[in-house]
Amino acid sequence: MEVLGLFNYWVVIFLMMVGFYALISRGNLVKKVIGLNIFQTSVIIFYVSTGKIAGGTAPILIGDDHGVAEAGAEVLYSNPLPHVLMLTAIVVGVATMAMALALVVRIRETYGTVEDDEIQEQVLADEAVEGARA
Amino acid sequence: MESVVDLALLGLLAVTAIAVVRVRNLVAVVMLMGIYSFLSAALFVVLDAVDVAFTEVAVGAGVSTILALGTVALVGTRQQRHAKSPVIPLLIVLVTGGMLVYGTYDLPRWGQADNPIHGHVAPEYLADHVPLAGQDGEALEVHIPNIVTTVLASYRGYDTLGETTVVFAAMVGVLLLFVGTGGRRGASARGAGGGDDDPDGAS
Repeated sequence: MEVLGLFNYWVVIFLMMVGFYALISRGNLVKKVIGLNIFQTSVIIFYVSTGKIAGGTAPILIGDDHGVAEAGAEVLYSNPLPHVLMLTAIVVGVATMAMALALVVRIRETYGTVEDDEIQEQVLADEAVEGARA
Repeated sequence: MESVVDLALLGLLAVTAIAVVRVRNLVAVVMLMGIYSFLSAALFVVLDAVDVAFTEVAVGAGVSTILALGTVALVGTRQQRHAKSPVIPLLIVLVTGGMLVYGTYDLPRWGQADNPIHGHVAPEYLADHVPLAGQDGEALEVHIPNIVTTVLASYRGYDTLGETTVVFAAMVGVLLLFVGTGGRRGASARGAGGGDDDPDGAS
Protein backbone atom coordinates (compact mmCIF):
# COMPACT_ATOMS: atom_id res chain seq x y z
CA MET A 1 0.00 0.00 0.00
CA GLU A 2 2.87 2.35 0.79
CA VAL A 3 4.26 1.97 -2.73
CA LEU A 4 0.90 2.94 -4.17
CA GLY A 5 0.58 5.89 -1.80
CA LEU A 6 1.20 8.53 -4.43
CA PHE A 7 0.53 6.56 -7.62
CA ASN A 8 -3.02 7.91 -8.07
CA TYR A 9 -1.73 11.45 -7.89
CA TRP A 10 1.03 10.77 -10.41
CA VAL A 11 -1.41 9.34 -12.93
CA VAL A 12 -3.65 12.36 -12.34
CA ILE A 13 -0.69 14.63 -13.09
CA PHE A 14 0.11 12.59 -16.20
CA LEU A 15 -3.48 12.91 -17.49
CA MET A 16 -3.45 16.61 -16.65
CA MET A 17 -0.24 17.11 -18.64
CA VAL A 18 -1.61 15.12 -21.61
CA GLY A 19 -4.62 17.45 -21.66
CA PHE A 20 -2.36 20.49 -21.29
CA TYR A 21 -0.17 19.28 -24.16
CA ALA A 22 -3.22 18.81 -26.41
CA LEU A 23 -4.30 22.33 -25.46
CA ILE A 24 -1.02 24.09 -26.29
CA SER A 25 0.43 22.01 -29.14
CA ARG A 26 -2.57 21.10 -31.30
CA GLY A 27 -3.91 23.68 -33.74
CA ASN A 28 -7.39 22.20 -34.15
CA LEU A 29 -9.90 24.00 -31.91
CA VAL A 30 -12.02 20.86 -31.33
CA LYS A 31 -8.85 19.05 -30.17
CA LYS A 32 -8.10 21.93 -27.82
CA VAL A 33 -11.57 21.70 -26.26
CA ILE A 34 -11.11 17.93 -25.83
CA GLY A 35 -7.70 18.56 -24.22
CA LEU A 36 -9.38 20.90 -21.78
CA ASN A 37 -11.92 18.15 -21.07
CA ILE A 38 -9.11 15.66 -20.24
CA PHE A 39 -7.53 18.27 -17.97
CA GLN A 40 -10.84 18.75 -16.15
CA THR A 41 -11.40 15.00 -15.71
CA SER A 42 -7.95 14.67 -14.17
CA VAL A 43 -8.86 17.26 -11.52
CA ILE A 44 -12.08 15.35 -10.79
CA ILE A 45 -10.13 12.10 -10.41
CA PHE A 46 -7.73 13.89 -8.05
CA TYR A 47 -10.53 15.11 -5.77
CA VAL A 48 -12.31 11.75 -5.73
CA SER A 49 -8.98 10.02 -4.98
CA THR A 50 -8.43 12.22 -1.93
CA GLY A 51 -11.88 11.24 -0.59
CA LYS A 52 -11.19 7.51 -0.75
CA ILE A 53 -10.46 5.52 2.39
CA ALA A 54 -8.88 2.13 1.70
CA GLY A 55 -11.34 -0.57 2.75
CA GLY A 56 -14.15 1.96 3.00
CA THR A 57 -17.48 1.83 1.22
CA ALA A 58 -19.65 4.30 -0.68
CA PRO A 59 -21.19 6.97 1.60
CA ILE A 60 -24.67 5.49 1.60
CA LEU A 61 -25.79 4.62 5.09
CA ILE A 62 -26.26 0.94 5.74
CA GLY A 63 -29.18 0.72 8.15
CA ASP A 64 -32.66 -0.42 9.03
CA ASP A 65 -35.88 -0.10 6.99
CA HIS A 66 -36.02 3.66 7.48
CA GLY A 67 -32.60 4.09 5.99
CA VAL A 68 -31.14 5.27 9.27
CA ALA A 69 -27.92 3.65 10.35
CA GLU A 70 -27.86 1.77 13.59
CA ALA A 71 -26.11 3.70 16.28
CA GLY A 72 -22.46 2.85 16.56
CA ALA A 73 -22.38 0.83 13.38
CA GLU A 74 -18.69 0.39 12.62
CA VAL A 75 -18.93 0.90 8.88
CA LEU A 76 -16.14 2.90 7.27
CA TYR A 77 -17.51 5.34 4.71
CA SER A 78 -15.43 7.27 2.20
CA ASN A 79 -15.61 11.05 2.37
CA PRO A 80 -18.79 12.31 0.65
CA LEU A 81 -17.72 15.96 0.39
CA PRO A 82 -15.36 15.68 -2.64
CA HIS A 83 -18.04 13.65 -4.43
CA VAL A 84 -20.58 16.44 -4.01
CA LEU A 85 -18.13 19.10 -5.20
CA MET A 86 -17.17 17.02 -8.24
CA LEU A 87 -20.82 16.40 -9.18
CA THR A 88 -21.14 20.17 -9.51
CA ALA A 89 -17.84 20.33 -11.42
CA ILE A 90 -18.91 17.70 -13.98
CA VAL A 91 -22.17 19.48 -14.77
CA VAL A 92 -20.50 22.89 -14.98
CA GLY A 93 -17.78 21.29 -17.12
CA VAL A 94 -20.26 20.06 -19.71
CA ALA A 95 -21.91 23.49 -19.74
CA THR A 96 -18.58 25.21 -20.47
CA MET A 97 -17.78 22.53 -23.06
CA ALA A 98 -21.10 23.16 -24.83
CA MET A 99 -20.29 26.88 -24.84
CA ALA A 100 -16.77 26.28 -26.20
CA LEU A 101 -18.02 23.95 -28.94
CA ALA A 102 -20.69 26.48 -29.93
CA LEU A 103 -17.94 29.09 -30.26
CA VAL A 104 -15.93 26.66 -32.42
CA VAL A 105 -18.93 26.19 -34.73
CA ARG A 106 -19.34 29.98 -35.00
CA ILE A 107 -15.62 30.38 -35.78
CA ARG A 108 -15.97 27.74 -38.49
CA GLU A 109 -18.88 29.67 -39.99
CA THR A 110 -16.97 32.95 -40.03
CA TYR A 111 -13.48 31.78 -41.06
CA GLY A 112 -14.23 28.48 -42.81
CA THR A 113 -11.62 26.62 -40.75
CA VAL A 114 -10.98 25.49 -37.18
CA GLU A 115 -7.16 25.40 -37.41
CA ASP A 116 -5.75 28.24 -35.33
CA ASP A 117 -2.83 29.13 -37.66
CA GLU A 118 -5.19 29.50 -40.65
CA ILE A 119 -7.52 31.69 -38.59
CA GLN A 120 -4.52 33.77 -37.56
CA GLU A 121 -3.48 34.23 -41.21
CA GLN A 122 -6.96 35.40 -42.14
CA VAL A 123 -7.11 37.82 -39.22
CA LEU A 124 -3.72 39.28 -40.21
CA ALA A 125 -4.82 39.53 -43.87
CA ASP A 126 -8.02 41.31 -42.83
CA GLU A 127 -6.04 43.74 -40.70
CA ALA A 128 -3.66 44.43 -43.61
CA VAL A 129 -6.63 45.17 -45.89
CA GLU A 130 -8.16 47.50 -43.32
CA GLY A 131 -4.82 49.21 -42.78
CA ALA A 132 -4.44 49.80 -46.53
CA ARG A 133 -7.97 51.20 -46.69
CA ALA A 134 -7.41 53.65 -43.82
CA MET B 1 -7.83 -6.11 -4.76
CA GLU B 2 -9.25 -2.59 -4.78
CA SER B 3 -5.80 -1.20 -5.51
CA VAL B 4 -5.22 -3.61 -8.39
CA VAL B 5 -8.44 -2.56 -10.15
CA ASP B 6 -7.56 1.05 -9.40
CA LEU B 7 -4.12 0.69 -10.98
CA ALA B 8 -5.46 -1.13 -14.04
CA LEU B 9 -8.10 1.53 -14.69
CA LEU B 10 -5.59 4.35 -14.22
CA GLY B 11 -3.26 2.67 -16.73
CA LEU B 12 -6.08 2.31 -19.28
CA LEU B 13 -7.01 5.97 -18.75
CA ALA B 14 -3.43 7.05 -19.44
CA VAL B 15 -3.28 4.98 -22.65
CA THR B 16 -6.63 6.34 -23.85
CA ALA B 17 -5.56 9.92 -23.15
CA ILE B 18 -2.41 9.49 -25.26
CA ALA B 19 -4.51 7.97 -28.07
CA VAL B 20 -6.86 10.98 -27.91
CA VAL B 21 -3.95 13.35 -28.45
CA ARG B 22 -2.33 11.33 -31.25
CA VAL B 23 -5.32 10.29 -33.39
CA ARG B 24 -6.18 12.77 -36.16
CA ASN B 25 -9.65 11.62 -37.15
CA LEU B 26 -11.91 13.70 -34.92
CA VAL B 27 -14.79 11.19 -34.93
CA ALA B 28 -12.38 8.59 -33.57
CA VAL B 29 -11.20 11.12 -31.00
CA VAL B 30 -14.78 11.72 -29.83
CA MET B 31 -15.35 7.96 -29.53
CA LEU B 32 -12.11 7.63 -27.55
CA MET B 33 -13.36 10.39 -25.24
CA GLY B 34 -16.48 8.30 -24.67
CA ILE B 35 -14.26 5.34 -23.71
CA TYR B 36 -12.24 7.67 -21.49
CA SER B 37 -15.41 8.83 -19.72
CA PHE B 38 -16.61 5.26 -19.14
CA LEU B 39 -13.19 4.26 -17.79
CA SER B 40 -13.16 7.20 -15.40
CA ALA B 41 -16.70 6.31 -14.30
CA ALA B 42 -15.51 2.76 -13.52
CA LEU B 43 -12.63 4.30 -11.57
CA PHE B 44 -15.09 6.43 -9.58
CA VAL B 45 -17.02 3.29 -8.60
CA VAL B 46 -13.77 1.74 -7.34
CA LEU B 47 -13.07 4.97 -5.43
CA ASP B 48 -16.55 4.73 -3.77
CA ALA B 49 -17.93 7.76 -5.61
CA VAL B 50 -21.00 6.07 -7.12
CA ASP B 51 -22.92 9.32 -7.61
CA VAL B 52 -20.01 10.88 -9.47
CA ALA B 53 -19.78 7.70 -11.57
CA PHE B 54 -23.33 7.78 -12.87
CA THR B 55 -23.17 11.52 -13.44
CA GLU B 56 -19.96 11.00 -15.43
CA VAL B 57 -21.62 8.27 -17.52
CA ALA B 58 -24.74 10.34 -18.19
CA VAL B 59 -23.05 13.71 -18.70
CA GLY B 60 -19.47 12.89 -19.66
CA ALA B 61 -20.02 9.87 -21.88
CA GLY B 62 -23.55 10.76 -23.00
CA VAL B 63 -24.17 14.48 -23.39
CA SER B 64 -20.53 15.47 -24.06
CA THR B 65 -20.17 12.84 -26.77
CA ILE B 66 -23.35 13.99 -28.50
CA LEU B 67 -22.26 17.64 -28.32
CA ALA B 68 -18.79 16.83 -29.64
CA LEU B 69 -20.19 14.63 -32.43
CA GLY B 70 -22.56 17.42 -33.46
CA THR B 71 -19.67 19.87 -33.54
CA VAL B 72 -17.47 17.50 -35.56
CA ALA B 73 -20.34 17.00 -38.04
CA LEU B 74 -20.44 20.78 -38.52
CA VAL B 75 -16.72 21.59 -38.64
CA GLY B 76 -15.26 18.56 -40.44
CA THR B 77 -13.58 15.43 -39.21
CA ARG B 78 -9.96 15.91 -40.24
CA GLN B 79 -7.36 17.50 -38.04
CA GLN B 80 -4.59 18.97 -40.17
CA ARG B 81 -0.97 18.06 -39.73
CA HIS B 82 0.85 21.25 -38.92
CA ALA B 83 4.52 22.05 -39.11
CA LYS B 84 4.98 23.44 -35.63
CA SER B 85 7.71 21.73 -33.63
CA PRO B 86 6.44 19.83 -30.57
CA VAL B 87 9.62 20.52 -28.59
CA ILE B 88 8.56 23.68 -26.75
CA PRO B 89 5.09 22.43 -25.68
CA LEU B 90 6.68 19.13 -24.60
CA LEU B 91 9.27 21.01 -22.55
CA ILE B 92 6.60 23.17 -20.87
CA VAL B 93 4.52 20.07 -20.09
CA LEU B 94 7.48 18.11 -18.70
CA VAL B 95 8.64 20.97 -16.47
CA THR B 96 5.12 21.63 -15.17
CA GLY B 97 4.50 17.92 -14.60
CA GLY B 98 7.86 17.54 -12.85
CA MET B 99 7.06 20.37 -10.47
CA LEU B 100 3.62 18.91 -9.73
CA VAL B 101 5.12 15.46 -9.04
CA TYR B 102 7.62 17.10 -6.70
CA GLY B 103 4.65 18.77 -4.99
CA THR B 104 2.90 15.43 -4.41
CA TYR B 105 5.57 14.35 -1.91
CA ASP B 106 3.94 16.72 0.59
CA LEU B 107 0.50 15.19 0.04
CA PRO B 108 -0.90 12.70 2.56
CA ARG B 109 -0.71 9.13 1.25
CA TRP B 110 -3.73 7.83 -0.65
CA GLY B 111 -6.54 6.00 1.13
CA GLN B 112 -5.59 6.52 4.77
CA ALA B 113 -8.42 7.14 7.21
CA ASP B 114 -6.55 9.81 9.20
CA ASN B 115 -5.86 12.12 6.26
CA PRO B 116 -6.74 15.76 7.01
CA ILE B 117 -9.57 15.76 4.46
CA HIS B 118 -11.51 13.24 6.55
CA GLY B 119 -11.65 15.59 9.54
CA HIS B 120 -13.60 18.87 9.68
CA VAL B 121 -17.17 18.59 8.35
CA ALA B 122 -17.17 15.13 6.77
CA PRO B 123 -17.86 13.23 10.05
CA GLU B 124 -20.83 15.52 10.71
CA TYR B 125 -22.25 14.77 7.29
CA LEU B 126 -21.83 11.07 7.98
CA ALA B 127 -23.69 11.31 11.32
CA ASP B 128 -26.96 9.38 11.42
CA HIS B 129 -29.51 12.18 11.59
CA VAL B 130 -29.42 15.30 9.53
CA PRO B 131 -31.80 17.91 10.97
CA LEU B 132 -33.42 20.24 8.46
CA ALA B 133 -32.17 23.75 9.25
CA GLY B 134 -34.77 26.07 10.80
CA GLN B 135 -37.30 23.33 11.42
CA ASP B 136 -38.13 21.46 14.56
CA GLY B 137 -39.56 18.04 15.23
CA GLU B 138 -38.07 14.69 14.37
CA ALA B 139 -40.47 14.19 11.49
CA LEU B 140 -38.66 16.89 9.56
CA GLU B 141 -35.22 15.38 9.81
CA VAL B 142 -33.70 14.40 6.51
CA HIS B 143 -33.74 10.63 6.38
CA ILE B 144 -31.87 10.21 3.14
CA PRO B 145 -29.46 7.30 3.41
CA ASN B 146 -27.36 8.61 0.53
CA ILE B 147 -25.09 11.20 2.13
CA VAL B 148 -24.09 12.74 -1.20
CA THR B 149 -27.74 13.58 -1.92
CA THR B 150 -28.15 15.05 1.55
CA VAL B 151 -25.12 17.30 1.20
CA LEU B 152 -25.97 18.27 -2.37
CA ALA B 153 -29.58 19.20 -1.74
CA SER B 154 -29.50 20.35 1.87
CA TYR B 155 -26.13 21.53 3.23
CA ARG B 156 -24.83 22.79 -0.08
CA GLY B 157 -28.13 23.62 -1.73
CA TYR B 158 -26.84 27.03 -2.75
CA ASP B 159 -23.96 25.39 -4.63
CA THR B 160 -26.49 23.42 -6.60
CA LEU B 161 -28.51 26.59 -7.25
CA GLY B 162 -25.33 28.26 -8.51
CA GLU B 163 -24.61 25.25 -10.71
CA THR B 164 -28.08 25.48 -12.22
CA THR B 165 -27.45 29.18 -12.86
CA VAL B 166 -24.22 28.36 -14.69
CA VAL B 167 -25.96 25.74 -16.84
CA PHE B 168 -28.72 28.25 -17.63
CA ALA B 169 -26.17 30.94 -18.50
CA ALA B 170 -24.33 28.50 -20.80
CA MET B 171 -27.60 27.54 -22.48
CA VAL B 172 -28.50 31.19 -23.07
CA GLY B 173 -24.98 31.80 -24.42
CA VAL B 174 -25.18 28.89 -26.86
CA LEU B 175 -28.64 29.97 -28.03
CA LEU B 176 -27.47 33.57 -28.52
CA LEU B 177 -24.47 32.40 -30.56
CA PHE B 178 -26.69 30.43 -32.94
CA VAL B 179 -29.59 32.90 -33.06
CA GLY B 180 -27.07 35.50 -34.23
CA THR B 181 -26.12 33.39 -37.25
CA GLY B 182 -29.71 32.51 -38.11
CA GLY B 183 -30.75 36.15 -38.21
CA ARG B 184 -27.91 37.35 -40.44
CA ARG B 185 -27.77 34.55 -42.96
CA GLY B 186 -30.47 32.03 -42.36
CA ALA B 187 -29.67 30.06 -45.47
CA SER B 188 -26.08 29.25 -44.57
CA ALA B 189 -26.88 28.49 -40.92
CA ARG B 190 -28.65 25.32 -42.02
CA GLY B 191 -25.80 24.14 -44.21
CA ALA B 192 -23.08 25.31 -41.82
CA GLY B 193 -20.95 22.28 -42.62
CA GLY B 194 -21.02 22.91 -46.34
CA GLY B 195 -18.54 24.91 -48.34
CA ASP B 196 -21.02 27.71 -49.11
CA ASP B 197 -19.82 29.94 -46.29
CA ASP B 198 -16.16 29.82 -47.25
CA PRO B 199 -16.39 32.95 -49.42
CA ASP B 200 -17.81 34.78 -46.40
CA GLY B 201 -14.81 33.79 -44.33
CA ALA B 202 -12.30 34.76 -46.98
CA SER B 203 -13.72 38.23 -47.60
